[in-house]
Amino acid sequence: MNKIVIENLTLHYSDGTESLKNISLNIAANAITVLLGPAGGGKSSLLRVLNRLNDLADVEEVSGRVLLDEVDILDPKTDVIALRRRVGMVFARPVVLPFSIRGNLTYGLELAGERDPVVLEEAVERSLQQAALWDEVKDRLNDPAVALSGGQQQRLCLARSLVLKPEVILLDEPTSGLDPISTGKVETSLEELKKQYTIVLVPHSIQQAARTADYAAFFLQGELIEFAVGKDLFVKPRDKRTQDYIEGRFG
Amino acid sequence: MTAEPMTPAPRMARATSSASRLRVQKIGFGLLGLLAALTVLPIIAVVVYMIVQGAPAISWEFLTGFPREGMRAGGIWPAIVGTFFLTLGTAIFAVPLGIGAAIYLSEYASENRWTRLIRIAIINLAGIPSVVYGLFGMGLFVLFLNFGTSILAGSLTLSIMTLPVIISTTEEALRAVPQSFRVVSISLGGTRWQTIWRIVLPQSLPGILTGVILGLERAAGETAPILFTVAAFFLPRLPHSPLDATMALPYHLFVISTQVPGMPVQIQYGTALVLLAFVLSMNIIATVIRSRARKRRQW
Repeated sequence: MNKIVIENLTLHYSDGTESLKNISLNIAANAITVLLGPAGGGKSSLLRVLNRLNDLADVEEVSGRVLLDEVDILDPKTDVIALRRRVGMVFARPVVLPFSIRGNLTYGLELAGERDPVVLEEAVERSLQQAALWDEVKDRLNDPAVALSGGQQQRLCLARSLVLKPEVILLDEPTSGLDPISTGKVETSLEELKKQYTIVLVPHSIQQAARTADYAAFFLQGELIEFAVGKDLFVKPRDKRTQDYIEGRFG
Repeated sequence: MTAEPMTPAPRMARATSSASRLRVQKIGFGLLGLLAALTVLPIIAVVVYMIVQGAPAISWEFLTGFPREGMRAGGIWPAIVGTFFLTLGTAIFAVPLGIGAAIYLSEYASENRWTRLIRIAIINLAGIPSVVYGLFGMGLFVLFLNFGTSILAGSLTLSIMTLPVIISTTEEALRAVPQSFRVVSISLGGTRWQTIWRIVLPQSLPGILTGVILGLERAAGETAPILFTVAAFFLPRLPHSPLDATMALPYHLFVISTQVPGMPVQIQYGTALVLLAFVLSMNIIATVIRSRARKRRQW
């Protein structure tokens, strides 16, 4: 089942940087779809279209359709606030808010007007469990979140987006600053999470892409070069450019 | 350009030993340290001089009493109260307006010709001599709007003068909050206003308070803007309403230093000392707020 259907998506920034050229792509529910390719290829731009975060950027032109459960999210009438609660995002650099660990987690719910302490507490524990962080922080939820290590901070950021019970989770190189052990923990959580969520991951390495991908899409200079099921993209790429990239001849 | 063969860099004519270079560096640092010390000297000199000259005048009667014998004796209580109300009045007008403008400029407005114009206007507002504000305030508030010579007119005039300071320091404080906090908040389903209210403002509050206090401090100490708008030469009673005129410390100081023959010098310096204490204590509050916030800051 396709959670997201992207049809002929084209996007230009007003400063002429990274853009998307006529992208059509299906993103399956309950699977990890990996977007890979060299920097500047349009992966991050695509992620930021999926929760309309690029509304904050100077976008000159967007055309095409992006259907989330068959509803076009590019429609100007879309409730972007509700959309962003359904489509969560984890950034490359862990950005913890200047609150306590608990404060970081309850923030999104409080924005949505949730005040019931029982609901908030339940959400804190559930999301930390899902992000495999509960055991490490359960005794110090009121400590400042910046006191956590980089790997813990990034899992906190993952938990923070899970608090809102999103349907889709976007991850933009979530492990780029992490050590191998922390990276492993995040990848394990993702494997667990995909049973419930649709996951779109921009991996920080080809190896990570190969480890995690249920579906893989290769982007080059704003174009979708190749899309494949499972590990096919890494084992038998059809396009020469994909093969060159996978084998490390550029990028 | 043709490529030339690399030639070794010319040797220094006189090889300086590392010891002598160290000596030069020491002299250099010493000189810089001296210059730094020189900048501290004036403020210490002013404060010490005022304390030495003015302290003998300070008494309970001086601080809480009314002027007597043509201001040559008695206290300066009406001037203290007047300056307090003027500062308060300025805060009431300038703080909400200044912070609001700064939030608009930093958080909502995009960079375009219009916001550049606003910024240029603010910078120029800061450069206008205070006596010009005084005259403008008299024209607009005292005469045209018919507020009369009053605390209201004086506060409004001081507010206009203070606005640029508050706007630019507040905007700076807002911009110092990492952009990534805003992006994260928006990505979690926050509106712009929720983001400002829950993250940006609390994080920049110390910086904003510092700016506000520095602005108000300037307002409290200015003479020219209140000259034609509020200050009374001699008014031995407290103001009853915002539409009353009042005495104020800076103007009172001006009056007793230049307009009253046979004025005891002690009273002049005593008044100056009180004004200085008023302004410096605001400064100290600002410094304490800032340094305490810096210790607590989590980014």
